[in-house]
Amino acid sequence: MIRLEKRPEPSRAFSLATPLLAVLATMFFGGLLFVALGKDPITSIITIFWEPLFGEFAFYYRPQLLIKGAPLVLIAIGLSLGFKAGIWNIGAEGQYIMGALFGAAAGLAFYPTESVLIFPFMVLAGAFGGWLWAMIPAFLKVRFGTNEILVSLMLVYVAEQFLASMSLGLLKNPEGFGFPGSRNLQQYASAHNAELIAGTGMHWGVVAALIAVIFAYVLLARHRLGFAIRVTGEAPRAARFSGVNPTRLVLFCMGMSGLLAGLAGLFEVAGPAGQVTIDFNVGYGFTAIIVAFLGRLHPIGILLAGGLMALTYIGGDIAQSNLGLPAAAIQVFQGMLLFFLLALDLLTNYRLRFGRAEVA
Amino acid sequence: MDLSVINPVLFIAGFLVAATPLIFAAIGELVVEKAGVLNLGVEGMMIMGAICGFATAVETGSPLLGFAMAAVGGASLSLLFAFLTQITLANQVASGLALTLFGLGISALLGQSYVGVKPPRLGDINFGPLADIPVIGPILFTHDIILYLGIALVAGVWAVLKYTRAGLILRAVGESHDAAHALGFKVVRIRTLAILFGGACAGLGGAYISLIRVPQWTEGMTAGIGWIALALVVFASWKPWRALLGAYLFGGITQLQLNLQGAGVAIPVEYLAMSPYIITIVVLVILSADKSAAPASLGRTFHASH
Repeated sequence: MIRLEKRPEPSRAFSLATPLLAVLATMFFGGLLFVALGKDPITSIITIFWEPLFGEFAFYYRPQLLIKGAPLVLIAIGLSLGFKAGIWNIGAEGQYIMGALFGAAAGLAFYPTESVLIFPFMVLAGAFGGWLWAMIPAFLKVRFGTNEILVSLMLVYVAEQFLASMSLGLLKNPEGFGFPGSRNLQQYASAHNAELIAGTGMHWGVVAALIAVIFAYVLLARHRLGFAIRVTGEAPRAARFSGVNPTRLVLFCMGMSGLLAGLAGLFEVAGPAGQVTIDFNVGYGFTAIIVAFLGRLHPIGILLAGGLMALTYIGGDIAQSNLGLPAAAIQVFQGMLLFFLLALDLLTNYRLRFGRAEVA
Repeated sequence: MDLSVINPVLFIAGFLVAATPLIFAAIGELVVEKAGVLNLGVEGMMIMGAICGFATAVETGSPLLGFAMAAVGGASLSLLFAFLTQITLANQVASGLALTLFGLGISALLGQSYVGVKPPRLGDINFGPLADIPVIGPILFTHDIILYLGIALVAGVWAVLKYTRAGLILRAVGESHDAAHALGFKVVRIRTLAILFGGACAGLGGAYISLIRVPQWTEGMTAGIGWIALALVVFASWKPWRALLGAYLFGGITQLQLNLQGAGVAIPVEYLAMSPYIITIVVLVILSADKSAAPASLGRTFHASH
């Protein structure tokens, strides 16, 4: 008989070890999944985790790591602030889309004028777009007590329809021969989020992600607001006694996560993606939820988790073209990771006791 | 624009069909929440049911067998949620999200070879002369058995929750798991059963989309219906008949929106397509003032420390 005994304090050792254990468990069960799909598990795992970093074409894949990792980290950092405080913004995908739309529209409005001010203006517009979209569930929550999970999620679908409408209508490239999609921002120098050092994948989004990590770290470790976030998550009643204003906290956490998701969208549309299209979003907003948990809602952890998740995206692409592994298999793989993480988290907060239960 | 192309009789018959997936998913989630568990994985369990049902129906040629397998598929996915939240005591919100992400992935994987395939059709029940009654006949008596099963399920859940000992125990567990535990009820077991029931219902709802409403398989085809079902439970104040009413309301809006698209209304298609989601938000706002109806232990983790 196994019994659970609550630890007086969460175990630090297990807190660090569970993400690693979860990754190992996912590799093992993911391997079984690949066997079920008729692929060699060892080759598959090596292709996903080793090839992008040290394989023959690593020089091409390593920059991709930054390109795919930056939006994940940027969004996950924002989400983690809210998750820590029990504020669940799960509509980052919608805020990402709105950031991209606002930012792209701000840039395209000036086409074809060239000015160094255009890109900063787009960044502001992108951040504003994401912030605005997150403020809807935040405002409804503080004003009417509406559930922010459902509202933020509903707004993803609204944003997707809005994106479709924009890429077919207002933002459509007038010289695009009737194809849906906006002008390509990569061909508009003032609006292009180009690589800062050619061939490295390093663009402004990567810089922003790193700044966000540092900002979140300082906020949580040193600032009063960070304290408010942590205490609200761990003991909401104690938080109220210590003078935390829950309304302001909801507005801050939701707004911040929306703002960062909007930034991620803007950097993506102005850089790697290049244009607003109907299916411009690829689910970073949802994957970032996994990244946030995998990183244990800790800024440094999220940085590492974002890198790992970017690796599975790139490795998944390679496995798809080299081994014929279906794209959905990687999605399952990522979902599995979150499962193992949540399950193994038990070890952080509880101690397993073997033996018969004593009679109380 | 020509609104006269919308036939009111067909419209009502159509929205009964559009509402059915919502009825199944919402009534299942209602039971889960009555037991004090918040399972946000409805979308994942629905899409799982959609593909399990579709694949089984295509392979065996029997839509009814498809529905049975859809219930099994939804329930097996919900078993994962039960394991995470009841055994390993994981956070219910995070586990529900994980379930949705995982369900979307695994359904896409299972469904690869079924894109573009036509499923066998489930025929309507033959009510004989009843179906020939003008207006009422086509609205009420030209549907498949699953649609009626949905309504029967609402009645069943209502009766069980209100009049039986099992329903009373379920509600006790949802209101105060500590008190229920002290009385000797197996909280974890009861909640696990409720979660499985919710999973099976969501699976049936998903299969209704892929086998009857659409009917074909595309990735992510549930398109947020699972999330709307979650909103419906709040809308219904955790009361079965109000959930049915809410499902009809949303079914009506969805159907109206589709009909308006067909009639070529001057509003762009995208704005019509976003309307059900916006209306869900509006309804949530209007109803969120009253939270008193929510089960008191909803979303809280239970651990018997002694």
